[in-house]
Amino acid sequence: MIGACVAFTVYIAVIPLGFLLWQSFRTPQTAATAAVFTLGNYAAAYGSADTWRLFGTSIQFAFGASLFAFVLGTTLAWMNERTNTPFKSIFFALSLIPLVIPSILFTVAWILLASPQIGIVNLVLQGWFGLTEAPFDIYSLGGMIWVDGLHYSPMAFLLMSAAFRAMDPSLEESATMSGASIFQVAWRVTLRLTWPAIFATILILFVRSIESFEVPALLGLPVGIEVFTSSIYQAVHRYPSQVGLASAYAVALLAITTAGVYFVSRLSSRGSKYATMTGKGFRPRQIDLGRWRWFTAAVFVVYFVLIVVLPFAVLLWSSFQRFYSVPSMEALRNLTLDPYRFIFTYPDLGRTVWNSFVLSFGSATIVMLVTSVICWIVVKTRLPGRWLLDNIASLPMVFPGLVLGLSIMIFYLNVDVGVYGTIWIMFIAYITRFMPYGLRYNTTSMLQIHKELEESAAMSGASWFTAFRRIILPLLKPGLLAGWIYVMIVSIRELSTSILLYSPDTQVVSIVIWQLWENGQYVELSALGVLFITTLFVLVLVARWLGNKYGIQE
Amino acid sequence: MSPVGSATSTAFRNDKGDEKGAGGRGKGTGEGEGAVLKIEGLSTEYPNDKGQIIKAAQDVSFTVAEGRLFTLLGPSGCGKTTTLRSIAGLERPRTGEISVNDRVVYSSSTGVFVSPNRRGFGMVFQSYAIWPHMNVFQNAAFPLEVGGRGYSRKKIRENVMRVLSAVQLDHLAEREATKLSGGQQQRLALARALVMEPALLLLDEPLSNLDAKLREKMRFELKRLQRELKITTVYVTHDQSEALALSHEIAVMNEGRIQQIGSPRDIYERPLNQFVADFVGTSNFIEGTVLRRESTTDGSCDVVRTEIGDVTVSAVQELHPDERVALSVRPEDVELSEARPEGGNVWEGHVEQKIFLGEAIDFRVKVGTRTLLSRRHPTLRTKVGEPIFVQLNPQKCVALKVA
Repeated sequence: MIGACVAFTVYIAVIPLGFLLWQSFRTPQTAATAAVFTLGNYAAAYGSADTWRLFGTSIQFAFGASLFAFVLGTTLAWMNERTNTPFKSIFFALSLIPLVIPSILFTVAWILLASPQIGIVNLVLQGWFGLTEAPFDIYSLGGMIWVDGLHYSPMAFLLMSAAFRAMDPSLEESATMSGASIFQVAWRVTLRLTWPAIFATILILFVRSIESFEVPALLGLPVGIEVFTSSIYQAVHRYPSQVGLASAYAVALLAITTAGVYFVSRLSSRGSKYATMTGKGFRPRQIDLGRWRWFTAAVFVVYFVLIVVLPFAVLLWSSFQRFYSVPSMEALRNLTLDPYRFIFTYPDLGRTVWNSFVLSFGSATIVMLVTSVICWIVVKTRLPGRWLLDNIASLPMVFPGLVLGLSIMIFYLNVDVGVYGTIWIMFIAYITRFMPYGLRYNTTSMLQIHKELEESAAMSGASWFTAFRRIILPLLKPGLLAGWIYVMIVSIRELSTSILLYSPDTQVVSIVIWQLWENGQYVELSALGVLFITTLFVLVLVARWLGNKYGIQE
Repeated sequence: MSPVGSATSTAFRNDKGDEKGAGGRGKGTGEGEGAVLKIEGLSTEYPNDKGQIIKAAQDVSFTVAEGRLFTLLGPSGCGKTTTLRSIAGLERPRTGEISVNDRVVYSSSTGVFVSPNRRGFGMVFQSYAIWPHMNVFQNAAFPLEVGGRGYSRKKIRENVMRVLSAVQLDHLAEREATKLSGGQQQRLALARALVMEPALLLLDEPLSNLDAKLREKMRFELKRLQRELKITTVYVTHDQSEALALSHEIAVMNEGRIQQIGSPRDIYERPLNQFVADFVGTSNFIEGTVLRRESTTDGSCDVVRTEIGDVTVSAVQELHPDERVALSVRPEDVELSEARPEGGNVWEGHVEQKIFLGEAIDFRVKVGTRTLLSRRHPTLRTKVGEPIFVQLNPQKCVALKVA
């Protein structure tokens, strides 16, 4: 049981990486010539000035997006945690909604809002002010940073809220009592103490931005702004496909994300130095903003409009149109349910939805069960080499979705065990990709289970398996359920890995959205998007209700 | 540590220190017939977080007779918990042998290691380890349900209710375990350990999480249960008063080694070395050199030259002239009087400090250059700074070899 879980983890996490590296040193295999060793891929990838431009653009994009998300998220977190802004408790609940909007739909919605040709915001502003040119161009580096940063800002908000909440206010109060001004307290105490959290948050956002695929593909590629992820996608989809070149790009991307993740883990392991911030149960002092609190409340409203209301509204609007058009009285008269009819009669819709459901349900279940055993070994035993196991299980964290898809594709193309082109390859990919998340959720819960609870089961005569099933798993339930829900949601909207692995038989919902986009079927895409977001939202509500019922503490 | 002794136990530690442990290693009274638990030459070590090897228990040997309560007493990190966990099977020792009722559960020489769930011992943990997702009854019934014992539902119910009523929890059987008070959780943990009628009961600081009043009450409760059920018990604690109150026999441990094994009275009145004297109770330590042996009407006694003068002590150990010793005198054995008392071993000093404790007063009395601690009845009202006479009963002075 334990051995099987360990073997499974090692197999799933290590093999694809090895093959990726190996493939990056091979020439393309054709019917006539076998693949041979070469450094050509690296030479092609790194010899040209294009690559360095690619590198520069990627960094610019990721840096801009992460900084934007960070500033936005931190401001909101500070307003939410440390000021008396009205209605902020509602805001905190609402802040979870953006998490259910898949990146591809968010990007598409912003194209519909701010594209120079069809963007509603542009057309409205042009109409009002009589401008000849569109004020916003979403197809630009700035536009990419805007959309990606906005999309990741809820994550920054949650991370920084936690940091603000974890800080013991007596540390600030003692600085005030020592005679420091508000500014001095903020600069010399608050900032210094939250510095590890700040740095870790920026790094995580940076890694996420550099591996995001949807935004660069939809916004960058049409105007020739390329980053690593979109280049990998293009290298694979060129004919003949240049897997070796894609691998060489992927290795570079992997190096960047690995460095990022490494620094994050270094930061959090050094966090014990800041152990003063681990206490809980205190109410941080809140700053009275006076009249300004209505201003901060307005900021919340504007933010919520930008991140949820506008994108969803534009999808909803266009989903009732026969052809995409800007809101007007005339367009209002032409409302139709055709796009929904199209979606419900879409060939193989049933199978697609079923695939999505089975994949996310199955991978969430397997991920949580396997990582519970892994996490038990890491947290509860003194086994030599358990730290290695922890790192191996966390390894997929550094894989950008697209790179992971690529590695798994390469592996199962070369090792024919009959999974290539079936749903199993996607299943494997999902499990690999989301294993680190499962591990995180389980570890948090596992750390709270006192070792003696399990030892007393052993002393009562229970075997390891009985103790695990009857003591550990029930006690792990909060983390298990929360992680299960999370993995379920992220895998149901997964795109960047699936896009390299799907076959006509194994389409999932997010792939269909992608195809509709490529075909220019915007209104149909909107209809599917509205249905998709609504379903995810209901799923989250049900999950939260279940969670409350079975005692998950948020 | 002794509050007044100029010699702390570290002052006595030298390169021969190891011998003290070996010399102090007794076999206990449980040897021979009726010994339930036998431990021979147990040593444990494990790497800590930094990869250094920590020696937790070294060459620990003892036996426990049927129905006895045996206590491992010592400061934190002395290896007592490791020893207990080795008996339980939760840790694997490096060398040694452990057998219970002549069944070997661990032996380094033959490579036997019985896993904890197959040993059939009951154990109460420091945190009680009550499973929060089960109610009182389910917690207590768990040991009967697992391990393939094959009890019928009815039989389980019967046994569980019997043991719950023994710890007075039968009326709370359906209550959520998390809703129990500290004392009730403790009793539930005990019930769970007892329900499978174990050959051996292991208790790991079971009272340390209770507040002072409750601890006192549970101490009597535990003693009553153990004596009634006559269950062989190994008890681990760092609280010397708990050890003295509960045990048939105590093993005092320090730095992984057993320093002394004996009855509570033995340990308290005739400590074998300075560590035991210091750890169990409070003691004044007065260093000195043996002058000569004298014969008196009650038997022989030694005269020891110390910094407060020549002290007569009754001879317990074999002492030789010119040998360095430390005299251990309990504070309650340092007699004080305002008038010069009859007899020998009397010095004049003055009161340096008084601490009122309610049922007693602690006097710090300066005799020459030394300060002695004396615990007296509060009726003695000598003021700070006033002169006072100190008398030491030769019977109560224990001369400990400075090895």
